[in-house]
Amino acid sequence: MAVLHPPLFVVARALLRPKQESALLANAVNLMVQTSTDDTSFHGPSILEFFPDVILFEGTGFDINRIMLIRFLAVIALVVVFWLGTRNMKVVPGKFQNLIEMALDFVRVNMAEDLLGKVDGKRFLPILTTMFFMVFTMNITGIIPGLNIAGTSVIGVPLVLALISYVTFIYAGIKKSPAKFFKNSLFPAGVPWPVYIIVTPIELISTFIIRPVTLTLRLLMNMIVGHLLLVLFFAATQFFVVTLSGWFIGLGAVTFAFGFVFTLFEILVALLQAYVFTLLTAVYIQLAVAEEH
Amino acid sequence: MLHALVAAAEEGATRNPLLPETYDIVWSLVCFVILLVLFWKLVLPKMQTMLEERTAAIEGNIAKADEAQRQAEAALEQYTAQLAEARQEAGSIRESAREDGKKIVAEARNQATVEAQRVTASAQAQIEAERQAALVSLRTEVGTLAIDLAGNVIGETLSDDARATAIVDRFLADLEASEKATN
Repeated sequence: MAVLHPPLFVVARALLRPKQESALLANAVNLMVQTSTDDTSFHGPSILEFFPDVILFEGTGFDINRIMLIRFLAVIALVVVFWLGTRNMKVVPGKFQNLIEMALDFVRVNMAEDLLGKVDGKRFLPILTTMFFMVFTMNITGIIPGLNIAGTSVIGVPLVLALISYVTFIYAGIKKSPAKFFKNSLFPAGVPWPVYIIVTPIELISTFIIRPVTLTLRLLMNMIVGHLLLVLFFAATQFFVVTLSGWFIGLGAVTFAFGFVFTLFEILVALLQAYVFTLLTAVYIQLAVAEEH
Repeated sequence: MLHALVAAAEEGATRNPLLPETYDIVWSLVCFVILLVLFWKLVLPKMQTMLEERTAAIEGNIAKADEAQRQAEAALEQYTAQLAEARQEAGSIRESAREDGKKIVAEARNQATVEAQRVTASAQAQIEAERQAALVSLRTEVGTLAIDLAGNVIGETLSDDARATAIVDRFLADLEASEKATN
């Protein structure tokens, strides 16, 4: 929503800035103290984990921190896998090509062609494929040891992709027929006209405001919460096993088991969120190009 | 979920995860554009080409299979036709053989008949000739006998051949004439 009201968003940031920085400093100090003195209090996960220290180009607008590097890694991985996978495609596929085809067909057949049909499916396939694999790969970094945070757990990727989805379905509708698009989205057929007084504002808000917001928040929150949960479980394990030790090691085993199960769960979430994001985009495009709905 | 986050944010950390940093947006866009180009210009066209080739290959194979099927059917038809023809030919050969056999038998029978007739004819001719010869010799003998008998009866030798012969001839001629008359 912040994006829809740029002035407000700028004001909010300006207000938040000094406070943020002092808190960051306090937290950094806190962290240093913790590691050096090994105190006995429990340190839970913090939202600051999503704002790691900037490594390069600080303050230029091209700042690079750990999460940005993880995103680059995800992009490189995708480029390498798909470049190698499609470099020399054969009519009779090998094992690796089979996997690549399965992945690409998942988007092509199950989302693009099922919802949009052959023609529109093919038109919007590049966007949908990009969305699916970008979201999935950046989600899955959340459970890859050493990376341990999803590239989508910072608002940039969800927001950018949601806006692209937003622009795409509006473009699809307007390109097809502007009048029909706005009539269908704002004045749904089969409703007596006085009801439009209520329905039209609701439709306006739900179609043009709620959609991108929910797309962004659904993905972002899933990834943030997933990460916080994992950190919570593993930090607790560390606290029980290393800091308290003794009988608490049993509790540590329990929290570790939870952490492990949730790690598996996060794989599912990573796939599911990528699927939902792409599928919803396809549905929005379908609604925009539909003759009547 | 959001409440918990806001609470967590308010607790000590003061960064709002809903407010995007410029670099965050910039790098997200860069990532998206790179991946879009990758999929749009490289991966999906290759996939498309491959799928088209696969379709063509499958269609080609189906056409080839159809062709093979057609050829097999044609060969079978030809074979069946040949078989039928051979069977017919065998039949006709058998038929002609039977015919020939019949003809040969008939010819043989004919020949046999002709031979038999010929044998019969020649036998009859011989018999006739012998009869004639017998007749002639009989006539002479009967004449001689009759003359001898008559000579004995009348007691005189009728050895005058010329007269005897004339008497016999006359007698025989009378006999023949009376035979003819009775006939």
